[in-house]
This record gives sequence, structure tokens and C-alpha cells, in this order.
Amino acid sequence: MDALIEIDNLSKHFGELVAVDNVTFSVARGEVVGFLGPNGAGKSTTMKMVTGFLTPSAGKISVCGHSVADNPLAAKTAIGYLPEGAPAYPEMTPLGFLRFIADVRGMGASLREERIREVVSKVHLEGVLHQPIDTLSKGFKRRVGLAQAILHDPKVLILDEPTDGLDPNQKHEVRSLIQEMASDKAILLSTHILEEVDAVCTRAMIINKGRVVQDGTPAELQSRSKLHNAVTIRMAADKAASARNDLQTLNGVAGIQELTGSADQNGSVSFQVLASNGQSIINQVGVRMREKQWDVEEMHVEKARLDDVFRSLTSSDVSETTVSGGVS
Amino acid sequence: MKGTLSIFKREFGSYFATPVAYVFILVFLMLAGFFTFQLGSFWDRSEADLRPFFNFLPWLYLFLIPAISMRLWAEERKSGTIELLMTLPITMNQAVLGKFFAAWAFASLCLALTFPLWITVSYLGDPDHGVILASYVGGILMGGGFLAIGSCISAITKNQVIAFVISVVVCLMFILFGVSPVLGMFSSWAPEVVVDTLASFSFLTHFESITKGVVDARDILFFGSLIAFFMFANALILDHKKAV
Ligand SMILES: Nc1ncnc2c1ncn2[C@@H]1O[C@H](COP(=O)(O)OP(=O)(O)O)[C@@H](O)[C@H]1O
Ligand SMILES: [Mg+2]
Repeated sequence: MDALIEIDNLSKHFGELVAVDNVTFSVARGEVVGFLGPNGAGKSTTMKMVTGFLTPSAGKISVCGHSVADNPLAAKTAIGYLPEGAPAYPEMTPLGFLRFIADVRGMGASLREERIREVVSKVHLEGVLHQPIDTLSKGFKRRVGLAQAILHDPKVLILDEPTDGLDPNQKHEVRSLIQEMASDKAILLSTHILEEVDAVCTRAMIINKGRVVQDGTPAELQSRSKLHNAVTIRMAADKAASARNDLQTLNGVAGIQELTGSADQNGSVSFQVLASNGQSIINQVGVRMREKQWDVEEMHVEKARLDDVFRSLTSSDVSETTVSGGVS
Repeated sequence: MKGTLSIFKREFGSYFATPVAYVFILVFLMLAGFFTFQLGSFWDRSEADLRPFFNFLPWLYLFLIPAISMRLWAEERKSGTIELLMTLPITMNQAVLGKFFAAWAFASLCLALTFPLWITVSYLGDPDHGVILASYVGGILMGGGFLAIGSCISAITKNQVIAFVISVVVCLMFILFGVSPVLGMFSSWAPEVVVDTLASFSFLTHFESITKGVVDARDILFFGSLIAFFMFANALILDHKKAV
């Protein structure tokens, strides 16, 4: 275990508001951790503390073994950071901007030009190198920010909404880039796009009102969905009632969910057989179906829905714990 | 040191990336000429020196220096680049000093571009070049003092207009301490020590003593420590904002 980011009981208060509430986690080399959460959950605030832009109200952060509070320069040297909105000096050109970053990071002239050439081709900035940044499109601005973050080939990469505002092709490119770099780095990226977690992350952390409410692999996350491995069946309405009663008694079935509005003119309806603990139940359901010789028109296994999990974890029922946490 | 230099180069270069700097220089030179030749009755004095120009310089600086300093930190905060700057591996002092020195170099360049005035008086008569040189040095020092105050104030807000207005007010106070009517208001009731202390904080008192042709160590020390104080306060304010 090679934890490059270690966060220990981190909190941040803005006056009365508790933006980050006692968060503890670590990110190891090779991991891509997706930081998920609704707007205002505290993702950016956490990242700003890890990168040394904000001072924590409480808690410890270490990056590559360097305490951010006690040895900020060593920590900042190890980090590449894309702040939210990818800020950059608008009057500069991407080339001038990257040269400035390289200069501050202490690269000599030859290394600097070599690294710039490399990242420019990685994020495809060739066409706009000499154009002032404030004349660039949102997608190009984001890429300039990415180029700046990876310029010194950092061990730790912190990306605040790296694909926000990009078109689908650009999103795909950025995700491939992240995957390409993942093996020897610890990457923490925030997003509120759930498909992104599936696409690039080895681990997903859901944060809500400043607290981590779920931490696991994307697969684990999916298995928390009520619909995970559920079987949707469509059949004649007059047979459906008895079939539902029958299926309900099967081993591993948690319950039946009717799909309202699914009835059509031919007298067919759909319903879902929910699996308990997300286990696979398609076999049992299939066997029973053949035994009883039901006339099924359609049957499929539900793909787990991340947004379902996300909504259940971040909707208002968790709020009460956050309020009491704010007082302490 | 290295970090300060990197910031300095970027900042100084950025002044010339847009036409704003050139417009500023033009305005500065036009106002300098106007003050010197029109209000300063340069021609009527029949004396070959740059006294009219340097008499007006503090008042010119009062508005033009805050126009330079207002954007130093307010703009970084507004555009979000401050987050980039503060997460680069440089210390707060390096960032503060790099930006300050770049602004100071720009202000000094503006002042240096008034050299045609010097050439003009040399052509018309036989000025005391030592006095003029000392006055330029004094002008650079005074500009640094105004800038340090303005930079510190710019760190408080992300609104450049507010930064400008507060800076003008504070700089005005630092001038007025040396104007005799203002000192007179105090001397009627306050003990002499207080009046002297106030006067010793005035940019005018120190600047005027330099423009007489003697660059006194005390005057240099005054501007030097004033700049150091406001740079320190500047870094402190930025540090404090990280913890809020
Ligand atoms: N500088 C600040 N001052 C006061 N409140 C802030 C500040 N920055 C963030 N917040 C608040 O902290 C909470 C978390 O914000 P943020 O970390 O930006 O959320 P996210 O990035 O997850 O959308 C929000 O309620 C936000 O309004
Ligand atoms: Mg955010």
C-alpha cells in the first residue's frame, strides 16, 4: 500500500457552515478516485485544502509523506492541480503560460521545452499555442489547465471537474488521458457525472454535505442500487398477478415492483423482480418461468443505476446528521 | 529568490500584453507634461530645473499609482488565478514580492520615460544634474511606497474599484501629514512630538528633502521600511484569507 494522499479527520468551517465535516481517506499510487457529490457537497473545498489553497479548520493532510501544513512547498511540488473552472491568465498565450508554470516549477530551458512539447501533444493544444487564452473556447481553456497540471509529471494529480463543459469527444479524450497516466500516480478527480466514474475510476467516493457517505469500487457502488440485478418481466396482465405472487416467494427475491403505466392495449404489463443484496436471481426466475410455462413477452436483467444510488445517498434523509455535526 | 524572479517576469510581461499599459504610459506622460508646463509655469520661472515637475509628482502618483496597484491581487482573486498561484511551489513572500517588484518596475519605467523633460531643461539652461538625479531616485522610492500600500489594499477585496478608492484615500493621508495647513491643525493643540511624528510619516516631507539634492539615509530608510511593512501586511492578509 503506497498511499500518496492521506487525509485525516479533515474539516472546514465557513462561519456557521460546515463545508467539510471530519473526512478521512487516502489515495494510493495507481488509484483513480472519483469524488462524487451534488453541488455544494464540499468536493472543491476538500481539494483546495489538499492543494494548500485553503487552511483546514481541523485535521491533517499529507501528500507523498509531506505534511501540507508543515512542509507546503514539498507537497505542492508533488501535486498537479486543475482548479475548478481551469483559471489561467487571460492575456497570456498557452505557450507563454506553460513556460511560466515550468519556470516556477524550476525546470531548465531544455527540459521545459521538451515537457511542453509532450503535454501539448497529449492534450492537443498545437493549434492554439500562440493565441491569447481569453480568446479560446471553454474546451481549449480546460485543456490548457490540464496541460499545466501535468506539466511536471506529478505523483499526485488533483482535478476539479476536469471534463466540465467539454463535448462528448473531448470528454472521451480527457478520460483516456487520465487512464493512461493512472498507473504511477494517485489521482483524485471530482465530478457530478456518474458515467465518468464507470469510465475512469477505480474507486468512487460519494460526499454529501461535507461527509463521505459511500466509499468503494464502482461495482460495489452499483450493487447498492435497489435495482441491481433486478429482472424486468413483461407478460399478459391477467397472468401477471399470480406470477408476481409466485415469484415473491423465491429465494433471493427481495420484492416485486410494479411499473405503473406499463399496461398497453394488448393487455400486457411489466414488473420488476428485485434481488435482495443485489445477488443474481435471473436463474431462479428463469427456472420458475419454464416450470410454470408463463407466456413472457420480454425479460431482461436491469443494469445497475448509479444515479439511483447517488440519489438515495445524497437526498435529504442524510441531512439531519450534518446539522448536528455542525454544532460540535 | 528564484520564485520571486519567475513571478516578476510573468507579471512585468503581462503589463505589455494588452494596450492598457501603453495607454497608461501615455496618460502619465501627458499629465506630467501638463502639470509641469501649464500649472507649474515652467516657462515663466526662467530657472533651469525640474522643480515644477517634482512638486506635482506626489499628486500625480496619488491617482496613477493606485490605478496600477488596484489590480495586483483583486484581479487574481476575481479571475480565480490566485488559486493557481497559491498552489504553485512558491512561498507567499515570493508571490507578494514578485508582483510588487513588477509593478514597481513598471511605475519606475513610466517615471523614467519623462527623461525628455530633463533633456529640455539641459538644452534651455544649465540645471544641477545631481539634484535632478536625486529627485528621480526620490520619485522611484515614493512610487514604491504608494505601490506597497496599494498592493496591500488590493489583497483585501476582489473589487478593483474599491481597491482603487481606498488606496487613494490612504495614500492621500500619507501625503497630507506633510502639508503645513494640516500640520497646523494639529499643532494648535497636540504636543510637538505628535506633530513631528505625523510629519515624519509624510511622503512629502521625505520626498521634498530628497528633491533638494541630498539622498539622506533616513529618507531611504523611511521608504524602505514602509515598503517592508506593507509587504509583510500584504502577505499576512493573504494568509489570513486562506484560513477564513
Ligand atoms: N470561500 C467560501 N466562503 C463561504 N462558503 C463557501 C466558500 N467556499 C465554499 N463555500 C460553501 O461550502 C460548501 C461546499 O462548497 P464546494 O466545496 O465548492 O462544493 P462542491 O465543489 O462539492 O460543489 C458550499 O455550501 C459553498 O457555498
Ligand atoms: Mg466544486
